[in-house]
Amino acid sequence: MSYVLLAMIGFPLLGSIVNGLLLKPKSAMVAGTIATFCSGASFICALVLWRKFLGSESAISFVVPWISIGSINLNWGFSYDALTTVMSLFVTGIATLIHLYSIGYMAEDKSVGRFFTYLNLFLFNMCLLICGDSLTVMFVGWEGVGLCSYLLIGFWYEDLAKSNAGMKAFIVNRIGDAGFLLGIFVAFGLFGTTEFREMARQLATQSNFDLRFLSLLAFFLFVGAMGKSAQIPLYVWLPDAMAGPTPVSALIHAATMVTAGVYLVVRMGFLYQLTPDVNLFIAIIGSATALLSALIATSQNDIKKVLAYSTVSQLGLMFLALGARAYVAAIFHVFTHAFFKALLFLGSGSVIHGLHGEQDIRKMGGLKKEMPWTFLTFAVGTFAIAGIPPLAGFFSKDTILHSAMTAPYGMFFWGIGLLVSLLTAFYMARVFTLTFLGASRVDHHTHPHESGVMMLLPLFILALGSVAAGFLGVPHGLHFMPNIFEHFLEHTVPIFPIGETPVSEMAAMIVATAIAIIGTTVGILTYLKPRKESETKNPVIFLLENKLFIDEFYQIVFINPFQRISTFMAKIFDVYVVDGLVLAPGRIARGAGLMLSLIQQGVAQLYLLIMLLGVLAVFWFGLKGASW
Amino acid sequence: MVGNSLLLWLTFFPMAGALVAFLAPERTAKYIALATALGGTLFGAVLYVKFDAASSAQFQYVYSASWIKSLGVNFAFGVDGLSFALVLLTKLMMPIAVLASWNETRRSRAMMISFLVLDTAMTGTFLTTDMFLFYVFWELMLLPMLLLIGVWGSADRIYASLKFFLYTFAGSMLMLAAIFWVFIAHDTQNGFYTGNIASFYGLSFPGYPVFLGLTVQQLVFLGFAFAFLVKVPLFPLHTWLPDAHVQAPTGGSILLAAVLLKMGTYGLLRFAIPICPNGFSSFAPLLAILSIIGILYGAWVAFQQTDIKKLVAYSSVSHLGFVVLGICAMNTIGLTGAVLQMVNHGLTTGALFLMIGMLYERRHTRKFSDYGGLASVVPWFSFFLVFVSCASMAVPGLNGFVGEFLILLGAFQTNPYWVCIAVLGVIFGAAYTLLMLRQILFGEVTHEENKTLKDLVPREWAALLPLCFFMIVLGISPKPFIEKIRPSLEGYWNSIKATAVAQQQAEEPSEAARVIPRVQSHVWNLSEKAGNL
Repeated sequence: MSYVLLAMIGFPLLGSIVNGLLLKPKSAMVAGTIATFCSGASFICALVLWRKFLGSESAISFVVPWISIGSINLNWGFSYDALTTVMSLFVTGIATLIHLYSIGYMAEDKSVGRFFTYLNLFLFNMCLLICGDSLTVMFVGWEGVGLCSYLLIGFWYEDLAKSNAGMKAFIVNRIGDAGFLLGIFVAFGLFGTTEFREMARQLATQSNFDLRFLSLLAFFLFVGAMGKSAQIPLYVWLPDAMAGPTPVSALIHAATMVTAGVYLVVRMGFLYQLTPDVNLFIAIIGSATALLSALIATSQNDIKKVLAYSTVSQLGLMFLALGARAYVAAIFHVFTHAFFKALLFLGSGSVIHGLHGEQDIRKMGGLKKEMPWTFLTFAVGTFAIAGIPPLAGFFSKDTILHSAMTAPYGMFFWGIGLLVSLLTAFYMARVFTLTFLGASRVDHHTHPHESGVMMLLPLFILALGSVAAGFLGVPHGLHFMPNIFEHFLEHTVPIFPIGETPVSEMAAMIVATAIAIIGTTVGILTYLKPRKESETKNPVIFLLENKLFIDEFYQIVFINPFQRISTFMAKIFDVYVVDGLVLAPGRIARGAGLMLSLIQQGVAQLYLLIMLLGVLAVFWFGLKGASW
Repeated sequence: MVGNSLLLWLTFFPMAGALVAFLAPERTAKYIALATALGGTLFGAVLYVKFDAASSAQFQYVYSASWIKSLGVNFAFGVDGLSFALVLLTKLMMPIAVLASWNETRRSRAMMISFLVLDTAMTGTFLTTDMFLFYVFWELMLLPMLLLIGVWGSADRIYASLKFFLYTFAGSMLMLAAIFWVFIAHDTQNGFYTGNIASFYGLSFPGYPVFLGLTVQQLVFLGFAFAFLVKVPLFPLHTWLPDAHVQAPTGGSILLAAVLLKMGTYGLLRFAIPICPNGFSSFAPLLAILSIIGILYGAWVAFQQTDIKKLVAYSSVSHLGFVVLGICAMNTIGLTGAVLQMVNHGLTTGALFLMIGMLYERRHTRKFSDYGGLASVVPWFSFFLVFVSCASMAVPGLNGFVGEFLILLGAFQTNPYWVCIAVLGVIFGAAYTLLMLRQILFGEVTHEENKTLKDLVPREWAALLPLCFFMIVLGISPKPFIEKIRPSLEGYWNSIKATAVAQQQAEEPSEAARVIPRVQSHVWNLSEKAGNL
């Protein structure tokens, strides 16, 4: 079976080689078909593995030696367990849909071959990331997806702003990656390996581990997760990443890559369950990120920016769950979020496509007539993310909110979670209303049109998923169905029963639902009526519209000093101090030579004078005799 | 034909080629040079196949003929794991340097002869096992390089070549003094003269301070180390490098970056450290700190450059900082990383200089401001530039990652605090590399001349493909290569440590020795402690 595993990883690589190096097709149909086929084949492999896996307890694995020297042995090791099953199924599945969608979306683009090459390459690296059986192999995929993200954000490289956004994404991610690397080194120090199963075995069987070192490891790895999953303070790259084509935003910057940080923590759950301090830190970072970005999302006018901040916010909620050691809840939200966020992004892509590139929601409105199918599926996505029952977001968000109560200061985190839910329902309703409902504010020269079937089909499937996915993980409080999702993962991921909470699960669920409905209603009613621009100019909104000036703050505090230091080093220190010292002996020698040359001018009288002085001096010292 | 004399063929075949090129007409010289260089690569391949991995810690294919009998100086060659790696790198880079200089029209024959003589000098430096012969080859290297920069360089070539020559020559003088010291000491202690490098490894040194509080061993170490660290170059001894690189012709830059800089780290590992282990361990923390400064400093300064070649030159300072850090880790993992990083840096930086040369041939400028938007004009060139940049900024799956990873891992076991700072180099490395890509490839095409640039021609493909091939191979599967030299890597520090202990015991305990803090034992303890972590 290990060959199926290899095939799942290998097909996308094959696709990118065929598209990128061998054929280099110019037509979207050819390139897209090859890429979609490879992605689909990968998905089929994932399905086959899943069927096989259900029948056996043991994980499927594949190992090839990589580096071995001295005390370390690194392998290209891949394994397949329940967690990988979940991840690979939705990653390859959604990727295939988005590949299909891209054929329509990118039809007009002149370098469509390059696009599909990168997209396949991304999927390949994502498979490495989720199938890697050690931190090291995971890191390979981790950096690889970052590279593809860089290439795809800057896909339209002629626009320097887009190229810069890609650069920003890569560099900010590298900050996280540096943390990840340090984590790997600590893991080597503690366990002598970075293989997940071996680390888990040692942690389970040996008790002589120092909690401080374990916490350090957990912290360093979380720094990596902060970069990839866009948490405070490293979230700033994700909104800028919207410069990439919309299918990329849907696949990489919403559904799959950005959830890699969550996956990392869940994969290392056997470690994180032991480190309460780090967990509290994670919960704080997660909830702060969720709240801050939800606030910013309420006042953004670019449809993709709203969705981007929404993604950051939802990732924050997932980390809140991780902080409360609710690993299954976090992964479940990763799973459902992939559906409705991909749906929303693809829906926004359909709108942007239909409006010939317009992304400002103030210039939309009333699109439900021209784009009925996009409208319908977008509505499903909106209600799903808002948490309206029985859509997917309801189940997964409810589990997170409920488990947040079990963390230290649980009621506080629960409160923040509710606030985030309220804001989420509100800003999603706002986007939805401004885009599809009310009177049209579309420019007269633009004629909106519904997208073709190639783009609509993925929307339908994702909408179906956004409706149905939630039923896989029905919370224990609702007894009508078992929690299939949790049952599936119970041998792979640590599970802590929630037990008694200050507010009962049923009550919490009712409160959350009420809040979701209130938020949605208020959002729709507020933005249904045409609004005047002047109304909205109060200082809070001004701050939020400008994203709280965080980017400007980083510019002043980090980037400008770095620029100044490096300018100083390059232009002054290196030239005048380091090189100056090197040149000094030469200068001194030349200076001395110049001085000496003053007395060697060929003037005989001077020579005679000096000679006379010399003779006198010899006599003088000679008479003094032994005194020197 | 090539039996025990394999190393002689490796070393002197290029010289023979140079002789033929000298007699041949001007126009055919480059063909002769290419054939000779490819022949060298073939000998390299033979060496790779025939090299006995199991005994890579010892010298193989030993050839020795008496040279100066009264001084015990021999015409001696041998190859062990360390020189094996670097000779292969040299032999791989030679044809590429020749190909990169294919279109040189001014005195092309003389240039090709310089390359071939340089080949012999570099190979000889790596392969000889005699200290005097080493010095001869070491100095012989300077001359062709001086000519390459001074004759075929850019506008400021005279300044740059003089600076290169004087700077490295100053280092060589200190090394010569150190060589004399150990040479005479060997006679005093053993009663006979010899040039054999390995016989100096067991020398003992007086244990008391003689000058500025430094012991003889520390002084001898500094004498060697200064020569080698200038070559590396370690911060703050690096300022000759940007000048030399910017002025040198493409082929010269390729060999300078790929091979000549490695002479420094090779010399440390072959001479300075094994002869003066205690001297080294007392300076190791200082060298490690300087190398970390170099990693960050090189990256920062690279970030501000307006000249492409200068950016890559400073990136070399950063990358070689990693190599020195790996050596200062004083463990097998760090050493393996350092050796791999030497090879990797040769491949990637060699490829970068090669590609800058391609741009220069087309546009006769190296300023960033003269480029921009090339991605849409020369797609294959852009593909390779992005690819090589990925290798250079250590994207996993390519060669750069393996080296940097092992270096940092090894250093982490010796001193985690070093690594917490050095790892920032990974971030800054991405910053300047991506900046370079953006300035060359991305944005609109702003210059009219750039709109009609030609993409890669077959000759350039031929030069790039082997480099990229090895970048992938060493990234995905470095194991076969490491296996070839494994015993020499794993045995290295053990024998150094044994020498260090023996030396410490042989030293006369004196009043002064007790006053001087014994830094070295502290460092050994530190690395042992970290190993137990």
